[in-house]
Amino acid sequence: MWTFFHKLASPKHFYRISGYLISWLGVITALLLLAGLYLGLFVAPPDYQQGESYRIMFVHVPSAWMSLFIYVFMAVLSAIYLIWNIKLADVMASSSAALGASFTFLALATGSLWGKPMWGAWWVWDARLTSELILLFLYLGYISLVSAIEDQRSAARAGGVLILVGVVNIPIIHYSVEWWSTLHQGPTVTKFDKPSIHISMLLPLLLMAAAFQLYYFTVLLIRARAEVLDRERRSAWVQETFSGTEPR
Amino acid sequence: MRQMIGPFLALLKRDLLLAFRHRGELANPLLFFLIVVTLYPLGVSPEEALLRKIAPGVIWIAALLAALYSLENMFRSDFDDGSLEQMALSPYPLSLLVLAKVLAHWLVSGLPMLLLAPLLALFLAMPTPALTVLELTLLIGTPLLSLIGSIGVALTVGLRRGGILLTLLVLPLYIPVLIFATNAVSAASAGMAVTGQLYFLAAMLVLALTLVPLATAAALRISLS
Amino acid sequence: MNDPEPTLQARGLECVRSDSLLFSDLNLSVRAGQVLQIEGPNGSGKTSLLRILAGLTPPSDGEVLWRGESIARRRSAFLSEVAYLGHQLGLKAELSVEENLRLSLALNGLSFSPESLAEALRTVGLTGREDTPARALSAGQRQRIALARLIMSSAKLWILDEPFTALDVGGVSLVETLLEAHLSCGGLAVLTSHQTVRIDRRLVKLPLA
Repeated sequence: MWTFFHKLASPKHFYRISGYLISWLGVITALLLLAGLYLGLFVAPPDYQQGESYRIMFVHVPSAWMSLFIYVFMAVLSAIYLIWNIKLADVMASSSAALGASFTFLALATGSLWGKPMWGAWWVWDARLTSELILLFLYLGYISLVSAIEDQRSAARAGGVLILVGVVNIPIIHYSVEWWSTLHQGPTVTKFDKPSIHISMLLPLLLMAAAFQLYYFTVLLIRARAEVLDRERRSAWVQETFSGTEPR
Repeated sequence: MRQMIGPFLALLKRDLLLAFRHRGELANPLLFFLIVVTLYPLGVSPEEALLRKIAPGVIWIAALLAALYSLENMFRSDFDDGSLEQMALSPYPLSLLVLAKVLAHWLVSGLPMLLLAPLLALFLAMPTPALTVLELTLLIGTPLLSLIGSIGVALTVGLRRGGILLTLLVLPLYIPVLIFATNAVSAASAGMAVTGQLYFLAAMLVLALTLVPLATAAALRISLS
Repeated sequence: MNDPEPTLQARGLECVRSDSLLFSDLNLSVRAGQVLQIEGPNGSGKTSLLRILAGLTPPSDGEVLWRGESIARRRSAFLSEVAYLGHQLGLKAELSVEENLRLSLALNGLSFSPESLAEALRTVGLTGREDTPARALSAGQRQRIALARLIMSSAKLWILDEPFTALDVGGVSLVETLLEAHLSCGGLAVLTSHQTVRIDRRLVKLPLA
């Protein structure tokens, strides 16, 4: 069992195993996505309060969940990297950053689209949207820092420290923004509160959440593989894998 | 371990001495603080009722920006001349030395803001009970700004143009401080309770005092490697 | 258990900087009374190696051992016995010679006495300069302050990166004398230099790439 993990952490084996996993994950992702979208867009009934426009939540809510999940996952990976010096953990963390930022942006964009029919404005300073915006800044800060440092190892370690600092701050920021928004919007809960959830709506939501989750892992593995190849390009196994198909 | 207080005080003294020898430059962040606040009546409206309403936010945002402005100096000089290296080679914990430097930074750049606050309250038509609370929030908040900021500076000190990146890294982390500090002052203006907000700020300060020196020390070692 | 003998060893050291491999699988061993000179052309990783040995930079592979224990694990004990002199001297221009040295001693937990300061300054040829700000001194004189710091520290291991920089002939022979004295007291040293180091002790050379 331990040797399995040890093997997985080796770039060479990771490359092989992930190649195998990607096709499976991709297929399951596509299936889940189709099922979720079909149920969410066509089968689930219109909401008694918001009509058809609520359906954007099937993209907005899973995006928001993913944006937070990825950040926390990156923090765990960074901790693993900083403590045990497993390079693959850093590869996965840095490959996740753009994905996390994209999900955050998607959550913001869909939130904005949802807000327009509901509240008549393209942007409202709602607690969740504001938190997502700050989260976007945290992602962009990480991406900027890592790209600004020339030496790759230092960049990885600096990014790791930043993400860990960020993850400690996220609950504080979230709570602060929640509190701030209740002050200025009265006691009503967040504007983007999900409509009273019925199983016909819950099921597509969960399917979409699962689909987004697997989408993330699929794309993560694709990106991580490319990154591993790049970092290990001088090593023997990379040369062997590609000799004959690529000039040295 | 031998007396930790020795190197802590020695470094604190050194930083204060260095600041004193550069005393001409000490006023710069404070002037910046003052000028930014002055821009609001000019750019928005000098109407008293409006100024009174936005005063807490204006003063605190200006404080954040002034803090960012002064943060650059925390490690830059020591990094450039090799002093930071020597500190990293000390057998004493680097986090202890970081704490000394952050304290020095706060004494020189943060604490003076409390002296300027009454003038700013005057410019923005802030009532007196609010001023007391403003001073309290600055007293608890400015050390927080120095502490949180030190992580960002430590991460970017080795970079050529780290200043802009520093802003991006640090400002999101300042937001909770901003929210609670400004709310405390607004609440005081309206005669409402402020203890909750102040306790929260104090809790953040305690958390920062325990965790930040470790993070900053780790970041400094990375910048030095 | 602590190895009573002060020895510096490195096993399988690898250094990657900005995407290029400087050296790999490097081993070395320095014993009390020995000095190791790292040689190599510019850019071969001499400074990087010294920084790895001093614990400033973590190697991308391998480990450094002091008294038989990894310096990463027993960091504080190691740091109390090592003195590093890099390209940047670690002196504040606005502080006087005495103020600079006071701080260095405090950072290493050593007590300061005016007598030991005077003695050290006499040895390096900076007598009477206690209160001169460092920026008022020449590069060679600033190098001598760093040497004074070296003497005043109780370090067993000296790691010196180009210690002869900016020194005149007198300064060069001063460094050699200090090295001799240090080694004969059971200390060790690792250094890099473009010039020939003339000392009686056994000087081991390690060429890089």
